Amino acid sequence: MTDLPTAEVAGEDLAGAGSGSRRPRRQRGRDTLMALAFLAPAIIVFAVFSYYPLYRLFWYATHRQPRFRNKEATWVGFGQLWDTLTSSDFTSGLVHSFQFMLYTVPLGLVLGVLLAVAAHRRLAGVKIFQTIFSSTVATSVAVASVVFFTLVNPEVGYFKDVSWLSLNNPRSAMFAVALTTVWQNLGLTFIIVLAALQAVPDELNEAATLDGFSAPQRFFKVTVPLISPALLFLAVVLVVSALQAYAQIEFLTGGGPGDSTETLLYKIADPKGVRGLDVRSGLSIGLFVLTAIVAFVQYSLLSKRVHYGE
Amino acid sequence: MPSGTVPSGTVSSGPEHGGPAPTTRRRIRPADIGWYVVLSLLSLIVLFPIYMLVLRALSNPLAYVAQGQPLRPVDTEWDVFIKAFTEANLGRAMTLSLLVTVIIVGIQLLTSVLAAYAFAFLDFPGKSVAFIVVIGTLLLPIEVTLIGNLETIRGFGWLNSLEGLTVPFLATAFGIFLIRQGFAAVPRDLLDASQLDGYGHTRFLFKVAIPVTKPIIGSFVVIAFLGAWNQYVWPRFATDQSSWQTVQVALRSIGSDRVDRLNIGFAAAILAALPLLALLIFFQRQMIRGLTAGAVKG
Repeated sequence: MTDLPTAEVAGEDLAGAGSGSRRPRRQRGRDTLMALAFLAPAIIVFAVFSYYPLYRLFWYATHRQPRFRNKEATWVGFGQLWDTLTSSDFTSGLVHSFQFMLYTVPLGLVLGVLLAVAAHRRLAGVKIFQTIFSSTVATSVAVASVVFFTLVNPEVGYFKDVSWLSLNNPRSAMFAVALTTVWQNLGLTFIIVLAALQAVPDELNEAATLDGFSAPQRFFKVTVPLISPALLFLAVVLVVSALQAYAQIEFLTGGGPGDSTETLLYKIADPKGVRGLDVRSGLSIGLFVLTAIVAFVQYSLLSKRVHYGE
Repeated sequence: MPSGTVPSGTVSSGPEHGGPAPTTRRRIRPADIGWYVVLSLLSLIVLFPIYMLVLRALSNPLAYVAQGQPLRPVDTEWDVFIKAFTEANLGRAMTLSLLVTVIIVGIQLLTSVLAAYAFAFLDFPGKSVAFIVVIGTLLLPIEVTLIGNLETIRGFGWLNSLEGLTVPFLATAFGIFLIRQGFAAVPRDLLDASQLDGYGHTRFLFKVAIPVTKPIIGSFVVIAFLGAWNQYVWPRFATDQSSWQTVQVALRSIGSDRVDRLNIGFAAAILAALPLLALLIFFQRQMIRGLTAGAVKG
């Protein structure tokens, strides 16, 4: 609700910055009313379910919850949030989330590029392979988790005796869980890299061939720079999907062994109910900051690239 | 970090990165055979897990393990797909998922088209602030706001309800941006001309802007369907009664209670993926356009 008045006040000084149209005043008034009506549904949903919960997170993170439901929560200040964000609970969640990223992002990118490069050629029947490679787009994270249950479950999984995929070993459990995500994202990475490859003009590669470039040289000197925006986009998508990994952990390990697969989000969601609202809110704020950092890095890399292009 | 992990090395030792250089003839040349081998091997990475799921769904769980896990079904039980409905209540979960998905996609489409229209065709004070409000939600995915939103819907009495499962998702920045991008391609002159003809904004929206933007709207619907059908974290925590479990959430419990019923859970996972497989096959073009929208626009 608070969004609407601020929007109008701040709008006064920006009004002139519009598209410089010379519409009659009466029509502008009508446009404004119409815009208000058209934007209200979306803005209300965002206010209640995106911005208000952010405020609630800060509120819970700075208040102590009462022991009994009928008592009021008491303000204890940002010290409590600071304690949460410097606790070993937070740092271990952070480490596990980064570990998950390390396993999923580079491997996911390499496999995606590999699939796309292999399937980007004029070959009879290549469409069939392209359909196969895209097929994991149809799987949800829950379905992918069931799929990998059949592969790595310690009792009934096909690879239960393969030590580097063992869910019982804290040193390998996260890698096995991460493979679920790598596999599930193959379809998406393939589709995006293939689209990028198809946008590279054939003449460029022909010219490079005439200049005596070998196939690997052509790939790294011509193709990779041209598809790098798509690769950057994918890297961001994969990083975000690593930060948001949850179902695969719940289905495959339940956070174990020990807490070796408890990522930040797993600790926030806290399916076993071992943390209070104050701690889970503090951890959520940590996740929010990470999300913001990723977005900022993506934005600054993109704007740099645009500059370079000009 | 663990030394035994073996990641990219094993994988990238496959083919050479040959660059695309699609040559002109369609004849199968000797060199092509190598590519068929490579493509088949890569298909194996993608398909083997799916094959294992189907195999395990069809096999009697105890007999399969007792036989030493062969690569063919053991004591095939074809009725497992029926059992998923009769014994595990998959029908109810599917119906709920479909209902939730249709509500979310339908209303997301409405709120996105309206907001996108305001950004593309209307001049009004506070436009840039409103735009920032929309962009800001990209930093607030449901995983971040989970705790706060759970308290909100608890306060509304919306745990285990259709409202709780749908209302937080009735607007999306992705939809607004995607459709606005589509509207941006509609020439501004068209709006001016139609206004001279006495068209109001509402008529212009429905008679011109939406019809011209149909392909992008189609992409949005497909992607939104994908997202809504597949979501897990929110429905997992916004419900605590099994009758309110969506398909994705139900997969967690189906068959996991007893080892001899595991194959019912595997069959359920296949059935849960089928609607999206159909979507992928019939609306491949829309899906690809939607998925690549973010990557290619730069």
